[in-house]
Amino acid sequence: MTHASSSTQNPVLKDAADARHDRQFRWLLTATAVFVLVTLAGAALSMLWGGRSVLASEGLHFFTSSDWNPVENKYGALVPIYGTLVTAAIAMLIAVPVSFGIAFFLTEVAPRWMRGPVGTAIELLAGIPSIIYGMWGFFVLMPVMREYMIPWLDTHIGPLPIIGALFRGPPIGAGMLTSGLVLSIMVVPFIASTMREVFMTVPARLKESAYALGATKWEVSWDIVLPYTRSAVIGGVFLGLGRALGETMAVAFVIGNSVGFTTSLLEPSTTIAALIANDFGEATETYRAALLLLGFVLFLVTFVVLALARLMLSNLSRKEGNR
Amino acid sequence: MSKTFKFRLVALAMASCFVGNAFASDVTGAGASFVYPAMSKWSSDYKAATGKEVNYQSIGSGGGIAQIKAGTVDFGSSDKPLPPTELSRSGLGQFPSVIGGIVPAFNLPGIAAGAMKLDPDVLADIFLGKITLWNDPRIAASNRGMPLPALKITVVHRSDGSGTSFNFTNYLSKVSPEWKSSVGEGTAVKWPVGIGGKGNEGVSAYVKQIKGSIGYVELAFAVQNKLPYSRLKNAAGNYVNPSDASFAEAAASADWKSAKDFYLIITNAPGANAWPITATNFMLMHKNSKPGTKAAVEFFRWVYANGDGAAKSLGYVPLPESLVQQIQAYWAQNVK
Repeated sequence: MTHASSSTQNPVLKDAADARHDRQFRWLLTATAVFVLVTLAGAALSMLWGGRSVLASEGLHFFTSSDWNPVENKYGALVPIYGTLVTAAIAMLIAVPVSFGIAFFLTEVAPRWMRGPVGTAIELLAGIPSIIYGMWGFFVLMPVMREYMIPWLDTHIGPLPIIGALFRGPPIGAGMLTSGLVLSIMVVPFIASTMREVFMTVPARLKESAYALGATKWEVSWDIVLPYTRSAVIGGVFLGLGRALGETMAVAFVIGNSVGFTTSLLEPSTTIAALIANDFGEATETYRAALLLLGFVLFLVTFVVLALARLMLSNLSRKEGNR
Repeated sequence: MSKTFKFRLVALAMASCFVGNAFASDVTGAGASFVYPAMSKWSSDYKAATGKEVNYQSIGSGGGIAQIKAGTVDFGSSDKPLPPTELSRSGLGQFPSVIGGIVPAFNLPGIAAGAMKLDPDVLADIFLGKITLWNDPRIAASNRGMPLPALKITVVHRSDGSGTSFNFTNYLSKVSPEWKSSVGEGTAVKWPVGIGGKGNEGVSAYVKQIKGSIGYVELAFAVQNKLPYSRLKNAAGNYVNPSDASFAEAAASADWKSAKDFYLIITNAPGANAWPITATNFMLMHKNSKPGTKAAVEFFRWVYANGDGAAKSLGYVPLPESLVQQIQAYWAQNVK
């Protein structure tokens, strides 16, 4: 209140005060950005520090060995790393096309009265806690997988060469495929709602010009809408991918939590997040260090996957520019 | 203006600290989730009887050991006893609290609880993945006349590190040399086959869902979930049923007298009717005369005198009288 009364009396003082506030505001903004970076680096480094003893004893072996044996203090994280990547890949394989379909339907095809309610419903899906997805996967999806899906895959696709190796296994129901399916449902709302938002930003005259030239709905979506919104769409996909890589609770319910190596998507495996969540409570000394190091590896995996995706994106846009 | 605001913030933060301290309890403990139900019943009964507050946090045995070593709690709890050398290094004392039993629970249509008899080596080979079908001749040998289906066995184990797994694998290591050399014992081990469920709940839920599965859970969970459990052949060569009586006999027949700091795992106990996979929960305390330690000893003194009924109602087995006397002598010696 004192500022206001003094500044009306003296304009020079007001300018000085404004400049000071502007500087303070800039510092505040910088601080928020730095805060994120410091937190990120702090979290990653503290995990690396916690796991340094295991990193020293195992070295690169930690990334290449599939022998995870707490009794003999041998730690090779290949199985959880593989499980994390495969479940996330399955999830994205399903979720990206489905989300694209949802978003395009809602912005182009659906009758106007439907768009609002369905859009909100999809955003609501994002708010459901992951434990609910886990329980649904456990009590609903797993029995269906066990009774129908897995026996069918095992007899029809299992005998095929190469691809068959992915679809062989006993009907247990818990495994990488089940986890991938649950994850895909969990990430759809993230990707779909981002896509819907950005599809709505495409200028109507672009689309209408294409329609006027006789383009079909598919051509408009693929050749006009998608290229126009590509970077934002890929941002949405990253958001979903990040969640799929790090999801813990839902996966722990349905993946089967086994550290034995298997190529089959139908057999139980584990992911980095699920393994940490399961074992951290009772872990002491070396085992605790190994789990902390595993947490650092999740950082690395997420970072590498996202960096690769970004690299692909920049290559793509460079090609676009050259054309 | 900003200065007064800052001052208020600091004042608020300090005030909330003091409030936090004002509500501190008389005794704090942390550790194994196995005893949590009994602990919460005991502490509410104890508060009703004496007005003193005991706060127990179920954070897992590993956490309990770490917390008591760091001295942030008055007592810790672990399902796995610490060896005397490790105890003396941290100035800790150790004594048992309650007993429970772990049972092999399975899902086979038409077979009632306690009807199936299993030999220790057969149980080990099932969990090693060497016996894969329920109609295997080695299972049939001890179950003549039982209609065993040609169903695949799905092994279910704990996915989380747990005292239950520790006692179960400790038992398998005692009865199977191959288990001992290839898998070993621990709160988390490298299971040769099967799927992992989180907690007793997770294992029971998997066993309930999957036909032909076998897992291991505390007896109370098998009873609650109506899962059939098997009889086991014990060290004396008798097939026994899991029950309070057979758990108590295992605890009584174990050689506590010669166990320094009660460092004894009572699996495969020698009693004629002893249940072979009986587990003990242990309490850890500093050997000093801090008020917190004394208050904790008072609490456990009260528990051994008045807590048996509460423990029984929750499916635990109270310690035999001779063992309680030995613990009281141990306190007199170590916590002054």
